[in-house]
Amino acid sequence: MIKKIFFQFAFFNFFFIKEVFAAESGGMPQLNPEFWISQIFWLTLTFGILYVILSKLILPKISANLELRKSQIQENIEAAEKQRESSESKLREYDEIIKKSQLEAKNIFKDAREKVLKDINSKKEILDKQIDEEITNAEKEIETLKKGAAEKINKIAIDTSSDLVKKLIGAEVNNSSISAIVDDLSKRNGNKYYGS
Amino acid sequence: MAANPMTQFEVYRIGPEIKIGAFDISFTNASLFMVISSFAILIIFNLGSKKNSILPNKIQLLSELSYSFVSKMISDTAGSKAKPYFAFIFSLFMFVLFCNMFGMIPYTFTVTSHIIVTFVLAAFIFIGVTIIGFIKHGFGYLKLFVPSGVPIVLLPLIVVIEIISYLSRPISLSVRLFANMMAGHTMMKVFGGFVISLGIVGGWLPLSFSVALTGLEILVAFLQAYVFAILTCIYLNDALNLHH
Repeated sequence: MIKKIFFQFAFFNFFFIKEVFAAESGGMPQLNPEFWISQIFWLTLTFGILYVILSKLILPKISANLELRKSQIQENIEAAEKQRESSESKLREYDEIIKKSQLEAKNIFKDAREKVLKDINSKKEILDKQIDEEITNAEKEIETLKKGAAEKINKIAIDTSSDLVKKLIGAEVNNSSISAIVDDLSKRNGNKYYGS
Repeated sequence: MAANPMTQFEVYRIGPEIKIGAFDISFTNASLFMVISSFAILIIFNLGSKKNSILPNKIQLLSELSYSFVSKMISDTAGSKAKPYFAFIFSLFMFVLFCNMFGMIPYTFTVTSHIIVTFVLAAFIFIGVTIIGFIKHGFGYLKLFVPSGVPIVLLPLIVVIEIISYLSRPISLSVRLFANMMAGHTMMKVFGGFVISLGIVGGWLPLSFSVALTGLEILVAFLQAYVFAILTCIYLNDALNLHH
């Protein structure tokens, strides 16, 4: 019911509006030539001024601004590219230096090791030689001592025997004859006591 | 009275009557909006070009974007030879765009909804393009009416059609803009009238239409300015690069 009333209302309204339009519309104002000349005049004037100011003052400025910005951005990009390249080359250099120094360190380490080993070896040899020498010296000494010992024993034997003989018989006995006996004895028994 | 959708197009005198000879050149509301549009353009683009920073502020960005937009439009349609006419096409596009857009504000006057205004612009373009064509190509410009690869039998007919289409350019150019602006504004006025007459009960439907139409009309205002400028570029292209 309400809907029906609404639509009737709308419908009659359309009629009403149409009648109003028909009563009042007197054609298009655009086709009334009263102000044509005025419009042409003012259009020419305003558009002419607009064109002159835009083309002479404003547009060249905007164009220059754009150009400037473009060139500046290009420049900045180029500079950034250059810097990037230089930093990359620096990085490469750095890497190379690190590699080189690593190699160098390895070499130094190797050299030092070899040197130390050599040192140790040479010192060992010298020590060995010294030890050997000492051993041989000691052996020689022992040998001489060994040799000297027999004679000394013989001498002691001769002295003691001559003393003994003196005390026993109270007479001087010729040393040479005693020594000859001792020699004879030691030659016979020497092997038993000294082994060599 | 307010319901008449055509009253918005009426031109009336503002201030005294000025006459030069027999011609009435009084300052009217149409003149007022031409002046306002031009001033708005000049102010915006002057502010936009005043100082140059690498990071543009909003108004500078706006002016530079419209500069490159028009510049790209011209180079795309008319090639690099059209560069000397850049300032004219830029002013034309901006003028039509601003007149259309100012017309979208309620209680304003739409300059471009008058056939005489659009016709003067179109006629100026037509005459200018024709003069440029004749200067560049001499009488060779008449080859524009003789398309290549057409059978001899059909040639007289084609030439006549071409000439008619060439001569109708200013009319089609001006009527397109004028009719679009007038129709859009009339329609909006009619729907606005419906809102009032249907009142609080039935007015919502035409109101929503009116809102949608406003959006559409803003689009049309831009589009018609763009079409006007791009057709100018195409005509200029015909005159500069004759390739028929």
